[in-house]
Amino acid sequence: MLCDICGKNPATVHLTEIIDEQMTELHLCEECAHKKSAQMEQQFGLSDLLAGMAEFEKPSPEKEAVALKCPNCGLTYTDFRKIGRLGCGECYRTFNKYLGPLLKRIHGAIQHIGKVPMKAGRPVVKKKEKSADIAILKEKLHRAIEVEAFEEAARLRDQIRELEKKQAQSGSEDKSAD
Amino acid sequence: MQINDFLKNTSEWLKGSGPNSDIVISSRVRLARNLDKMPFPHWANKAQSQEALKTIEEAASRVYYLKTTTVFELAGLDPVDKQFLVERHLMSHEHAQKTDNKAVVVDNEEILSLMINEEDHLRMQAMQSGLNLFEAWNIINRIDDSLSEEIDFAFLPELGYLTACPTNTGTGMRGSVMLHLPALVMSNQINRVLAAISKLSFTSRGLYGEGTQASGNFFQISNQVSLGVSEDDILENLNSLIRRLIEQENQARESLLSRSRAFLEDRISRSFGILKNARIISSQETIELLSMVRLGVDLGILKDIDRRSLNELFIITQPAHLQKIENNKLSAQERDIKRAQIIRNKLKL
Repeated sequence: MLCDICGKNPATVHLTEIIDEQMTELHLCEECAHKKSAQMEQQFGLSDLLAGMAEFEKPSPEKEAVALKCPNCGLTYTDFRKIGRLGCGECYRTFNKYLGPLLKRIHGAIQHIGKVPMKAGRPVVKKKEKSADIAILKEKLHRAIEVEAFEEAARLRDQIRELEKKQAQSGSEDKSAD
Repeated sequence: MQINDFLKNTSEWLKGSGPNSDIVISSRVRLARNLDKMPFPHWANKAQSQEALKTIEEAASRVYYLKTTTVFELAGLDPVDKQFLVERHLMSHEHAQKTDNKAVVVDNEEILSLMINEEDHLRMQAMQSGLNLFEAWNIINRIDDSLSEEIDFAFLPELGYLTACPTNTGTGMRGSVMLHLPALVMSNQINRVLAAISKLSFTSRGLYGEGTQASGNFFQISNQVSLGVSEDDILENLNSLIRRLIEQENQARESLLSRSRAFLEDRISRSFGILKNARIISSQETIELLSMVRLGVDLGILKDIDRRSLNELFIITQPAHLQKIENNKLSAQERDIKRAQIIRNKLKL
């Protein structure tokens, strides 16, 4: 068996890591194991830990990942491994394949189920969720009136009207399609 | 609003009011947001950082709920002022380093703070006294909604809000509650409790956030997971965990009172005695003694002291606060003397 890090020398040191009840095995040659333990002895900041975790992922094939470079900001996967931080939002698309397992390990999940920004949300929301949007806006309108934020309330009211109009339109379109 | 004006106020988080304010000092909800396509602060060049700062400052100036805020650009502040804002929990220690193109936006009541170009382009938080996570969330949520109409945030439907560090991806939310747990510490139960917390995917930190030591029996508990859970669920889970901790701390207090009342009264009264009489005192010792006095007030062992003035002491004895009060740079030794003097005056009964 060859070393998981350098891939050249035979692995003589076997590390078992248990994170969230998931076992990961790491097989290293003596030289790499030595480097690894020196690394581990260094003070463990969060970014080191993360960079380390990214390193534990076994991207296949390795070369492909290392060569990946974000077209938007120029950060490479190697940079990410080194600093433990992404370069921009687009990096999440670029490194999607390799980030998945890392996110899963950190959060135990890879699907966002929280809130959606007002702007970005609109094109992707489904019809059902649109009514939820209106409900949220109405709730906000209610709160704005409570704190006498009337300018804000007027803005919210217009927004609700517009959304309701749109919903009515798309509803009738759907019917005609049926 | 000028930095010095804050000195006249009691920070929201130190008001000593709100639900469960005997054990819970404050609740905080923070959201991490980034500009779409723009390199994150650590990866951005100068022009990009300037642009990010300008975009967010301008957007913030158009948000109704941010009308009573002041923008402080950090490059223009002296070190004591920066430390002062850190001590008041209006910004992180990290934000005070390398201050080019960084700013913090703060409201007059010190409930809100928006850090621009910290680890993410925008870190915004709302603070409340006592156990009040949901109110903090309401406040910051509507600001986030308003800002998201002005700015395109980096967001993917499947991964949520995209952040510099993958530990914040998803909701970008961190709910934190600061607790005072002296009885759990004194009865040697705290390690068991903290271990249980980390098993439940929550973390515990010291007073001043990441990497700081817990001191004076104060602990900051926050969620670790931000992806695959909704904002409401994050806060519900945190809230029920905190409720359990409050119960445990109360039980530990009762058992200390019934089993070792004399010991407890002795420690509390000695702490009070030192604070009332010391001529030289470090900030670390101050926090530890104030913790004991606070417990004495909670248990009715010490009377005629209110929690709010204890909380005030807690902050005005910090290094940058002492220097702002004196309006002068003070050496560590001078600070220890000044600190003792301020405490003596405040506790004169």
